[in-house]
Amino acid sequence: MSKVRIDIVDRREFLVIGGAAAATLAALSSGALAKADPADAEALLNELTKGAKPTEGKVKLEMPEIAENGATVPLKVTVDSPMTEQDYCKSVTIIATKNPVAHICNFEFTPDSGKAWVSNRIRMAKTQEVWALAQMSDGSFRIGKTTVKVTIGGCGG
Amino acid sequence: MSKARVKVPKKAKKGEIITIKTLVKHKMQRATKDKKTGEPIPRNIIHTFEAAFNGKTFLKGNWDTGVSANPYCAFTLRVQESGEYTFTWKDDKGETYTANAKIEVA
Repeated sequence: MSKVRIDIVDRREFLVIGGAAAATLAALSSGALAKADPADAEALLNELTKGAKPTEGKVKLEMPEIAENGATVPLKVTVDSPMTEQDYCKSVTIIATKNPVAHICNFEFTPDSGKAWVSNRIRMAKTQEVWALAQMSDGSFRIGKTTVKVTIGGCGG
Repeated sequence: MSKARVKVPKKAKKGEIITIKTLVKHKMQRATKDKKTGEPIPRNIIHTFEAAFNGKTFLKGNWDTGVSANPYCAFTLRVQESGEYTFTWKDDKGETYTANAKIEVA
């Protein structure tokens, strides 16, 4: 029995080391283009929210699970809001966690918009998580997240 | 031919929420270097988009390099009266693209 256990531990260790090596290789090979890392996205998020923690939910970010072409990835974002003068969604910012530039776009809504909904197409360098940060009229922040697998990166090079 | 195209409903009921689709032809050039000569290519993207109805801006987009070439953008508007939309795109070279459309509200 003990022998079997040792085997399992060994295999796990091997996987951990292998995984780390693969990650390092991926980081090296993507080179200068992929300077952004989650820290940049976090920094941008903190700057936008001024340190406040956004609550998850009420922001629906619709993107394909797998994007074959990273140059144009369709994106739809909906914020659950009544859009009245008293209570509306002020803005939505789309953040890519692993793009060279974390900030993709920002839309400023008004109650006239009727719905806090926008659809466009974005560039994605590689497989990553995308965030949609919504600022409500009462000053609170909400966030929606989704992960997209990118087959071919959309940043040229 | 204009570089900007918009698709809007021509008629709507008062208080209806309509969907507007816009598309503008633009390379959305990131700051990069020429692959052969190594010459720097300056950034030239559309950084600001504005949609206005009867002169009042109802949606503003602040875009960065992460927006795809030939930017497509769809959004909504709650219409209360007949009038004219104005859509404006501004790029780094200082060029402005505009498109107009009219709507009749019953």
